[in-house]
Amino acid sequence: MGVTQKLGDLGVVTTTLETAINWARTGATWPLLFGLACCAIEYMSTQGGRYDLARFGMELNRASPRQADLMIVAGRVTRKMAPVVRNLYDQMANPKWVIAMGDCASCGGVYNNYAVVQGVDEIIPVDVYVAGCPPRPEQLMHGILTLQEKIMGEKIKDWA
Amino acid sequence: MQIKPAIDPIEAVSAALPGALHSVVQYAGETTLVVEVAHLLKVVSYVRDTAGLIYNYLSDISAVDYYEPTGGIGNRPARFAVNYHIYSMLYNRRLRLKVYVDEGDDGSKPVVPSIVKVWPAGNWLEREASDMMGIVFEGNPDQRRLLMPDDWQGHPHRRDYPLGYETVQFSFNVEEIMKHKPFAKD
Repeated sequence: MGVTQKLGDLGVVTTTLETAINWARTGATWPLLFGLACCAIEYMSTQGGRYDLARFGMELNRASPRQADLMIVAGRVTRKMAPVVRNLYDQMANPKWVIAMGDCASCGGVYNNYAVVQGVDEIIPVDVYVAGCPPRPEQLMHGILTLQEKIMGEKIKDWA
Repeated sequence: MQIKPAIDPIEAVSAALPGALHSVVQYAGETTLVVEVAHLLKVVSYVRDTAGLIYNYLSDISAVDYYEPTGGIGNRPARFAVNYHIYSMLYNRRLRLKVYVDEGDDGSKPVVPSIVKVWPAGNWLEREASDMMGIVFEGNPDQRRLLMPDDWQGHPHRRDYPLGYETVQFSFNVEEIMKHKPFAKD
């Protein structure tokens, strides 16, 4: 017994493979469970009951980079921590995306000194930058929705 | 048990170890004994073990870079100084020992004897000062860096170390900075 017989005539939806894959990816982009500084507190708040990131299908943090699709760099990256962050990024399976959360991850923020990387884009490619020190949960959610828009616009011919 | 009343550390040290003290600074109720580097270990052991002094707790070791040692306030005898902040739990009072030390003529790092044999707690404190200020603590059992990565060049707390590695961006120089900024490739 097919679906049409059971529920009545649902009609047919036609779409492209590209759209279908991109749509599937947006709703289940699991972030990697790690935070580096005070931005991680706002990040936790975003996932909590009040702001409820689960609405966008992105509340499930994976503690292993092998299972994560999205890296949210929440906080300043020191030069000593940079190889670790790059290592985590390399261990994530494709496709993978990066959000630089907050001023420190985006451009070094107030820490313009010898110890802090001036923007995490010096070590890993970044898709979305979220400004703020730290960004409010709404701002992070806007960054995540912006990333979902970006994923929806991806083309099969650009995939490696 | 009879506890010996506290004695004055300045008089005691200058009487017991003649020639060990370079000078004495008393300011804001704090006593600083400026010690000759060659006599540091003797002074450190003496103030720890002598009845009436018993400075038995090492709070901190800090290093200073005065950069222009001669002239100015205090007329420093050398560029670098190492401070030992020590505390007597018995008499509830503090003392600061200070040694001045200079770089070698050939630019070699300044050398201070390690006090790890007297206070084992000084190990990491000395390593921090050594990492940040480039002072060699001779006799420290672990000469690795404490805070910075192992392959780091230079010593960040020195006055002649650059503050940051990127100029602050403004609208007039942003293009110049972006030209040199390294961006990661996928």
